[in-house]
Amino acid sequence: MLYFILRRILMLVPVVIGLTVIMFAIARILPGDPVALAAGPNATPAEIEALSHEFGLDQPIWTQYFHYVGGLLHGDLGTSLLTRRPVAADIAAYLPATLELVCAAMLIAVAIGIPLGLATAVWRNRWPDYLSQVVAIGAISMPRFFLGLLLQLCFAMWLMWLPLGGRLPIIVIPPPTVTGFLTIDTLLAGDLHAFTMALRHLAMPAIAMSLSPLATIMRMMRASTIEVMGQDYVMTARALGLPRGKIILKYVARNAVSATLTVIGLYFGWLLGGTVLVETVFDWPGLGLYATKAIVSQDMMPVIGVALVIGLLFVLANLVIDLLYGVINPKVRYS
Amino acid sequence: MTDSVQTPRTEPVRHRDDRLRRALFRFSQSKLSMIGAAIVAVVLFFAVFGTVLAPFPGHVAGAVDTANQFQAPSAAHLFGTNELGQDVLSLVMAGTTVSVLAGFGVVLIGSVIGTLVGAVAGFVGGWTDEGLMRLTDLTLTIPSLILAMAIAAALGPGFTNMVIAISLSWWPGYARLVRGEVLAAREEVYVTAARAIGASPARILFRHILPNVVSPIIVKMSLDMGFAILTVAGLGFIGIGVRPPTPEWGTLLSLSRANMPGYWWTAMAPGLAMFLAVFGFNLLGDGLRDILDPKARR
Repeated sequence: MLYFILRRILMLVPVVIGLTVIMFAIARILPGDPVALAAGPNATPAEIEALSHEFGLDQPIWTQYFHYVGGLLHGDLGTSLLTRRPVAADIAAYLPATLELVCAAMLIAVAIGIPLGLATAVWRNRWPDYLSQVVAIGAISMPRFFLGLLLQLCFAMWLMWLPLGGRLPIIVIPPPTVTGFLTIDTLLAGDLHAFTMALRHLAMPAIAMSLSPLATIMRMMRASTIEVMGQDYVMTARALGLPRGKIILKYVARNAVSATLTVIGLYFGWLLGGTVLVETVFDWPGLGLYATKAIVSQDMMPVIGVALVIGLLFVLANLVIDLLYGVINPKVRYS
Repeated sequence: MTDSVQTPRTEPVRHRDDRLRRALFRFSQSKLSMIGAAIVAVVLFFAVFGTVLAPFPGHVAGAVDTANQFQAPSAAHLFGTNELGQDVLSLVMAGTTVSVLAGFGVVLIGSVIGTLVGAVAGFVGGWTDEGLMRLTDLTLTIPSLILAMAIAAALGPGFTNMVIAISLSWWPGYARLVRGEVLAAREEVYVTAARAIGASPARILFRHILPNVVSPIIVKMSLDMGFAILTVAGLGFIGIGVRPPTPEWGTLLSLSRANMPGYWWTAMAPGLAMFLAVFGFNLLGDGLRDILDPKARR
C-alpha cells in the first residue's frame, strides 16, 4: 500500500518535467511579443531590451528552461512579467478560491447525482426515468457561463437574494487564513455572520459549476446500477427474500458507486481547469481569473505555473480515487 | 441460369443494406435521437443560410441603428435589439455559421491528429507506443481550456487561429480511443490474412484496420461536436477568438453582460442558441452511440 502510494507519487516527477517542457515550448515557439506588451506602448527599444534582459528572455530557450526547473526545485515558479510578483505566491493566494469552488460543486454533484442515478435505475423505463434522462442531457448541454448569467440575473439582480459576485463583501473582515476555504476559515474563527456571507457568495458559482458533473455522475450511476442489478448475486439476494430496499442500498449501491468513482475523479480534474468561465462571470478571484488576465497580456510565467499546478492536482485527484477504490471495494489490491 | 450465377455476388451487398436499414430503424425508434437529429438539421440549415435569412442582414454586416437601441422583444425584433440597435436574432442566426464551422473544424482536425497518433502507437507498439502515449497523457493533464486560450492568445485573434488553438488541445481523447481499438483489431484474423498475402504495414493499417475502427471515432466526433461548440463560445466569451463585427455567440453573450439587468434580452438569444445547438448534437451523439457502438448499449 505504502509502496503503491510512493511509486505513484514518484511518477509525478516525469509528469512535471513533461508539463514544463510542453508549456515552455508553447510559450516560446508561438509568435507574440510579451515583453513589448509588458513594457507598454511608449517603451523604447532599449527599454524593451532591458526588460527582456532582466527576465532572462534574451537567453537561449535551453538556458531559460534549466533556470526555470532549477527554481522549481526551490518552489519558485518564476516571476510575472506584468506585475513583477512571484508566480508561486500568486498561485498560493488564488488556488484556495478555485479549490473551494470545485469542491463545493463536486459536493453538490455527488450528493444529488448518486442518489438520483440510483433512483432512476431502480425506476428504469418509467416516466421519471425518461424525464431525468432528457434533463440530464440538457444539463450537460447548458453552457456554464450562460447558466451563471441566468442565475445572476434571477437571484442577484431581480430577486436580490444573493450577491452578484466575489467571495466576501468588502465590509466583512476576512477570517485568518487556515485552509484558504472561506467557508471553513470563518467557521474556525467562529464568525457565523461571515460564514453565511461566504456561503451566499459561493452558492451561485458552485451551482453553475455543478450542473454538468451532476448530470454525468447521475447517468454513470444509473448505468452502473443497472449493470450491477443484473448480476447473479443480486438475484441470489432476491431469491433469499431479502427486502428490496436492503438489496439496493446495501449490496447494489456500493458496487455501483465504485464504478462511478472514476468519473468523479476525472471530473474533479476537468473542473479545476474549467472554472475559468464561471470565475469570469462571478468575478471569483481564483486561478482561472488569474490565468485569463495573464493569457490576455501573454504573460507566460503565470500560465505555465497555473497549468503545472492544475496538471499536478489532476494527477493527484486520480491517485486519491485509485486509493478510494480499495476502501470501497476490498477486492482491489495494490501490487 | 444467369440469375442463379449472380446471386452470390449480390448477397453481401444486400446484407450490408439490411444492417444499415436495421440501424436506421433502431435510430428512428428512439424519439430522443430523432429530436436531436431534427435540432441538428435546423442548426446546420442556419449555419448555411443564417446570414441570408436574417431579418436584418445589414446588422449582420455591422450596420448600426442607434435610434432603435435596446428595444424590448417585439414582433419586429423577436429577441429585441442591443446597445447598437442591432437586431439580436439576426446576429445570432448569422453567428451559427462561425460556431458550427469552428466546431466542425476542431473535431475534424482533432480526430485526424488523434487517430494518426493512436493508430501508429497501437500498430507499431514498443517505444513508439510508449513515447506517443506519454505525450498523449501529458496533454490530457493540461487544462484544455487554458491551453487553448494560451495558444489562441499567442497566435492572435481570428477564426483559423482559434480553430487551430482548440484542436491542439482536442486530439488526446481520440489518440487513446484509437490506440485501444487498433490494439484489439491487430490480433484479428483478417489482419493475419492480410499480412500473409504480403500487404505492407501501412496498407494493413490504413486499408484494413482503420475502416474497422471507424464507428467509435464517429460516435466520439458527434458527441464532441457539442463540446467543441461550447469551447468556441467560451473563448469568444473570454474575448479571445473571433472579433466583432463578425457575429459569434460567445462574444455576443459576453457583450450583453454590460446590459444587465435592464436589457436582459440581449443575452437570451445567443445563450439559448448555444444551448440548443449543443443539446441537439448531444442527443444525436447519444443516439449514434447506441446504434454504432454495441459495446456501450445498455
